[in-house]
Amino acid sequence: MNDVLLEMRGITKAFPGVKALSDVELVVGRGEVHAVMGENGAGKSTLIKVLTGVYPRDAGMVVFCGKTISPAAPIEAEALGISTVYQEVNLIPHLSVAENILLGRQPKRLGFLSWRAIRRQAEKALERLGLHLDVTQELSSYSVAIQQMAAIARALDVDARLLILDEPTSSLDEQEVDELFRVMRKLRADGLGIIFITHFLDQVYEISDRITVLRNGELVGVYDTSSLPRLTLIGKMLGKKPEEVERLESTAATAKDTTERKTVIEAQGLGRQGGIAPFDMHMCEGEVLGLAGLLGSGRTEIARLLFGIDRADAGEVRIDGQPVSLTSSRKAIARGIGFCSEDRKSEGVIPHLSVRENIILAIQASRGLLKLLSRQEQLKIVDHYIQALNIKTPGPETPMESLSGGNQQKVLLARWLAMQPRIIILDEPTRGIDVGSKAEIEKLVASLRERGMSVLFISSELEEVVRNCQRILVLRDRKKVGELAGGEIDEQRIMGLIAKNV
Amino acid sequence: MSADPLPFWKRLLSSRGFWPITGLALLLLFDLVYTTDFFRHESSFFRLEIRDGHLYGTLIDILNQGSKGILLALGMTLVIATGGVDLSVGAVMAISGVIAALLATQTNIPFPVVIALALVATLVAGLWNGALVAYVGVQPIVATLILMVAGRGVALLFTDGQIITFTHEPLVYVGNGHFLGLPFTTTIVAVVFLALALLTRKTSLGMFIESTGDNERASGFCGLNVRAIKLLVYGFSGVCAGVAGLIATSNIKAADSSRVGENMELDAICAVVVGGTSLSGGRFTLVGSIIGAILIQTLTTTMYGLGVPPAVAPVPKALVVVAVCLLQSETFRTKVRRLFKRSST
Repeated sequence: MNDVLLEMRGITKAFPGVKALSDVELVVGRGEVHAVMGENGAGKSTLIKVLTGVYPRDAGMVVFCGKTISPAAPIEAEALGISTVYQEVNLIPHLSVAENILLGRQPKRLGFLSWRAIRRQAEKALERLGLHLDVTQELSSYSVAIQQMAAIARALDVDARLLILDEPTSSLDEQEVDELFRVMRKLRADGLGIIFITHFLDQVYEISDRITVLRNGELVGVYDTSSLPRLTLIGKMLGKKPEEVERLESTAATAKDTTERKTVIEAQGLGRQGGIAPFDMHMCEGEVLGLAGLLGSGRTEIARLLFGIDRADAGEVRIDGQPVSLTSSRKAIARGIGFCSEDRKSEGVIPHLSVRENIILAIQASRGLLKLLSRQEQLKIVDHYIQALNIKTPGPETPMESLSGGNQQKVLLARWLAMQPRIIILDEPTRGIDVGSKAEIEKLVASLRERGMSVLFISSELEEVVRNCQRILVLRDRKKVGELAGGEIDEQRIMGLIAKNV
Repeated sequence: MSADPLPFWKRLLSSRGFWPITGLALLLLFDLVYTTDFFRHESSFFRLEIRDGHLYGTLIDILNQGSKGILLALGMTLVIATGGVDLSVGAVMAISGVIAALLATQTNIPFPVVIALALVATLVAGLWNGALVAYVGVQPIVATLILMVAGRGVALLFTDGQIITFTHEPLVYVGNGHFLGLPFTTTIVAVVFLALALLTRKTSLGMFIESTGDNERASGFCGLNVRAIKLLVYGFSGVCAGVAGLIATSNIKAADSSRVGENMELDAICAVVVGGTSLSGGRFTLVGSIIGAILIQTLTTTMYGLGVPPAVAPVPKALVVVAVCLLQSETFRTKVRRLFKRSST
């Protein structure tokens, strides 16, 4: 290994009630691309935020270029030579590329901005990445990939010696990713250290030299990429023993549906450019279909297509054998589909409205403006679900925002159950909620199945998918890569499918 | 998480109607003290008298003068509740005034039809705003700014830039007549208020509006037709402005398109905010907005009474508005409380 650039040891960070990091280490050498991997809540972003001074650390030490550092803010870290490029390009779309690269430190002459110097310096910064652009154009006139490059150029312009790329590829297409990797290789050759955070396994194997794996805020290990089989990596991310996984690498990819239930919804060749590659699926009455895959593998994209949030650009969906067009949420709802989004806060909860209103909103919306449910009818529905789902609220008129996460989730479930849908999509229904509510939600899923509903169950927690689903579609890098049913379902098989290289 | 009933005074302090009503009460108290003639045990401000079977007095004047502001505030409340704003109401007032005056003086169309046509025109104006906001995706401020600027131009086109004066009796009655002993404008306000209150609380419209303003994305995912709701509220706002425009035009017996309703959009927004509806959208209160509009009108009338020059009047007016808004803010009240606690220890 090259000489050490960054050394973080014994890093511990607790938030009220949660230990986000405990005794984690991260060592990055000069001229190294170092991937940090882990599922949601593994502590990747907390680790980066401790490094860049967004959060103070509770314990541990950080040595950078031979000196102990503890930056109190990202700007201090930047001054020390640690620059970060975030997933969402953090620049100003309507300023020129040059202004974006040099914003806040524009060269001046006699107290005035020197536009010529700004242009020249920006061009030089981009040249270092092998790019020749008209830097006077608005940033927004370029593709996301180029914007990403501008962000990197900006990060490097401060004499960065360590570059942190936080999921830089999630909004890029293949060619753009290649371009980014070309730049990363060039920077690596220049002796820069790069921390690369991503969910795409293929990319990790293509570009990184070493991998640090975190899980539940703890260090799992540090590995040389070339000597770490994919399957072992996935096992480590998900907390499974590698030998268990390896035995089953040769599992069959697709299995037949053994049940003879009536098919409710089926999709053929359904897909969307940049979202999910065309796939086939079907769901039967009284069945829980699981979607398994790592974050960013296309799980939520499937849900969004079925609920009419995104439009498919290929394939068709049939409900009861009839082709249907699901081009808006309202059409999907009218067809009997319900959707609990993974992003409760921005796509589910109406914070200042009461629990009652949050529950009856979808029913009322489908009844229309004039057929207002009477207060008694509303309360009958609301009281029923508060009891049935054990929602802990002072009363039906309590504002939604004062409920805990788990109870908010139950209210959102109640909203859709009250619609009595035939198909319900649950995207991460148990994320970020307490253990008790989790168990209750799983019990609820089972009872919905018994009542004949089709449930699409999406979760990052493999055990949960295995426990709750009769059939599972496995996704990798926005493609369906396999299907398991009945007795074939176990965690090892799923991991085998996720890991298998195409 | 048990239902822990707050003490009565705490619930009172945090109830939405409390601060605007308190503000109005304090202002009236000030007027009472300031205008009372202690020798004759009588306040000129609160004096009511009956002449020709009609009630007269400063309080009645406030209601009468405030009617336009109340109407605008009612429509504006719904727009603001969806997270938008309607800057065009002043200009829309000019449109309805001009159309009514033209049709009443130059044609023989029956008067109810004249009124209906004027209001249909303002409904169309409101729907235009709504379409820009909901379907084209223009920001509400920009979308309604277009009509704010262009609306008066349209009105001036109808009249070739002339001011149309009239003596048409029914039209004069709208803003100057009396009904049941009170100015007719009070009846108009009552009818519009009742109509909007029924429409928003006896159908699901009120909940849909609040839900849209509170979390538009989530509301769309519930199957709400968020765009149609937005279109509708701008339409309502247009009609409310149209009615206010009829009153304003009738008041001065002339359609003066360049002056009628001038700056009233700002008073209307102010009334809504003072009344307790948040500019960020969500929960709204029509009654609060009425109180807010009356508060603002009372302020204006008080300024007149005090002999404050019209050019200076906006300053004290602004101070009172700021005070009421601050009192409504929970964060501000907490800060003040902390300040007191610190100084007392």
